[in-house]
Amino acid sequence: MTLSDVMRSAVFSLRGNWLRSILTALGVIIGIAAVIVMVSVGQGTQAELDQMISRLGSNRLEVFGGSARGPARGGAGSEASLTDGDARAIREEIAEVQYVATSVSGGGQVVYAESNWSTRWEGVNADYFPVNDWQLALGEEFTPRDYSAASKVVILGETVRRELFGDADPIGATIRMGRVPLRVVGVLESKGQGNWGQDSDDLLLVPLEPGRRRLAAAAAAVAANVSGATLAPRQADVVQRISVGVGRAEDLSFVEEEINALLRQRHRIAPGAEDDFAVRNIAEIVSTRTQTTRLMSLLLGAVASISLIVGGIGIMNIMLVSVTERIREIGLRMAVGAGPREIQQQFLAEAMLISLGGGAIGIALGVAGALLASRFGALPVQLDLQVVGMATGFSVATGLFFGYYPARKAARLDPIEALRHQG
Amino acid sequence: MSARPPLIETRALGKVYSPGTPAEVVALRGVDLRVEHGEFLAIMGASGSGKSTMMNLIGCLDTPTSGTYLCDGVDVASLDAAGRARLRLEKIGFVFQGFNLLSRQTALENVMMPLVYAGVPVAEREPRAREALAQVGLADRAGHKPSELSGGQQQRVAIARALINQPPLLLADEPTGALDSRTSEEIMALFERLQAGGRTIIIITHEQPVADHADRIVVMHDGELHEQGWLAPGKGK
Repeated sequence: MTLSDVMRSAVFSLRGNWLRSILTALGVIIGIAAVIVMVSVGQGTQAELDQMISRLGSNRLEVFGGSARGPARGGAGSEASLTDGDARAIREEIAEVQYVATSVSGGGQVVYAESNWSTRWEGVNADYFPVNDWQLALGEEFTPRDYSAASKVVILGETVRRELFGDADPIGATIRMGRVPLRVVGVLESKGQGNWGQDSDDLLLVPLEPGRRRLAAAAAAVAANVSGATLAPRQADVVQRISVGVGRAEDLSFVEEEINALLRQRHRIAPGAEDDFAVRNIAEIVSTRTQTTRLMSLLLGAVASISLIVGGIGIMNIMLVSVTERIREIGLRMAVGAGPREIQQQFLAEAMLISLGGGAIGIALGVAGALLASRFGALPVQLDLQVVGMATGFSVATGLFFGYYPARKAARLDPIEALRHQG
Repeated sequence: MSARPPLIETRALGKVYSPGTPAEVVALRGVDLRVEHGEFLAIMGASGSGKSTMMNLIGCLDTPTSGTYLCDGVDVASLDAAGRARLRLEKIGFVFQGFNLLSRQTALENVMMPLVYAGVPVAEREPRAREALAQVGLADRAGHKPSELSGGQQQRVAIARALINQPPLLLADEPTGALDSRTSEEIMALFERLQAGGRTIIIITHEQPVADHADRIVVMHDGELHEQGWLAPGKGK
């Protein structure tokens, strides 16, 4: 008995009862379609998160100044408690630290010729670029001299470049922020939408020192305008934020503890007293989200697998009915010379054909569903051949597993009993 | 003919169902039977006499509990289910009282069915099946489903199916039980023609007129087999 004989006979007998065959396959169809949609959405979400982590720079700790005290408390970083000295100490005393990016930031209006744009600016040091994974699309990074001499140079985010320059070449042009002229030396590569939906490209970077002056000017303006403002005069070496890049992700928690201890010591905070700074482990926040997503995919996968099992049970059920219905046929086939093997093959082939056919339809529906979900449901979807292959394997396995028992039952029938069977 | 071993040889063949239980039934008590190649044998007996058991054993559908059975020289007791299936495929063509045709398949497809298990190449199957149908006089009914054929025609299809693998033995269990007497005669005439063509035929029946077509009749009674003697060649009818 050749494989084509087995298949021909299976197709023949399934076609004879095509409605029942399709209904039986429905369980597998739904199961496979569900597996594909769920896994695709799960993987898409996972991929998006992974990308987000890499954009954040996964091996990164953020140190902010504490919240300012006064009649109204400020947010994190509003108290000017961190200094260049803190940053230097972190770099020098904690061996695992790779980068220490210091920055100050604020908002402001920038003007170029007829155009103007309100944006966020950051005064940065050289480590800022690798820690935040910024690449330049045009021009060059600030030179060491730019940092030391507090040059009035600026690197634009893509959004700012577009708003101010349109199609014109920005490199070498001079823009103004307040009364300060800034020469454009570079444009950042676009990162698009940020992790929480903000426009990552809507910013501009200046060296740390001009940033501090800008900050001081802004503080002075606030102090002049708002009576009772309690902002302390700025120290010359203040930084609002220290981003610490750590070589290996495993060292993150250790480095976090080290920074806490170091800064408490440097800031002379008594045991039990509140910190005047805050260390945040962004990777931790993200990995919590990642774990949640992973759990979700697992749950989705489990639900899909259950529907596949239900489908398989449906196949088993119908195959058992089919064996009982065709007992005389089985007896006859045995009498004319079919051995147990041939009978088993025949019924196994029918079960496989149902589940494989169901799998094929399910794959088509699942792929269509996943594409629809990404198009109209705005869900991140990642479809790959592996999933399709996996689904095919699943449906074959379902057919084999749930078809085996009925097929074996048929093969073990006593030919005499089978021939004598009335029905 | 005597140089060849007999096609069927049983020695002290015994069969007990449910041995050692209160439901124990002794169906065969030491049956000795030899059937030579080319013979036409009828096994008669009332129901419960053990003739169905005898037929199942001869047909290699069942195994004896005692004694030996050599089918064309092969000891059936030494074979497993797959081995017995192989033996049935090669040695025995079955004809049943109820025809046992597959209702969804045409006469031709029904006849071709055993070829699948014999491993006959696809291209050879249809010509062989048509030839077998022609042999039973149904060449023009190849495309008909069983429901479109008369009882006699259905039994001829079944006989063609039994012949398709060219087994030496045709084993017929009440082949005329579901047919009227005129059709029965036609079927029996067909068996005689097949015997003339060299085939060995064993029919199980309880009808004397049917048995009278055979060369030799044996009668089963209470699990024992009694020779009723040889009929004259030409059968005296």
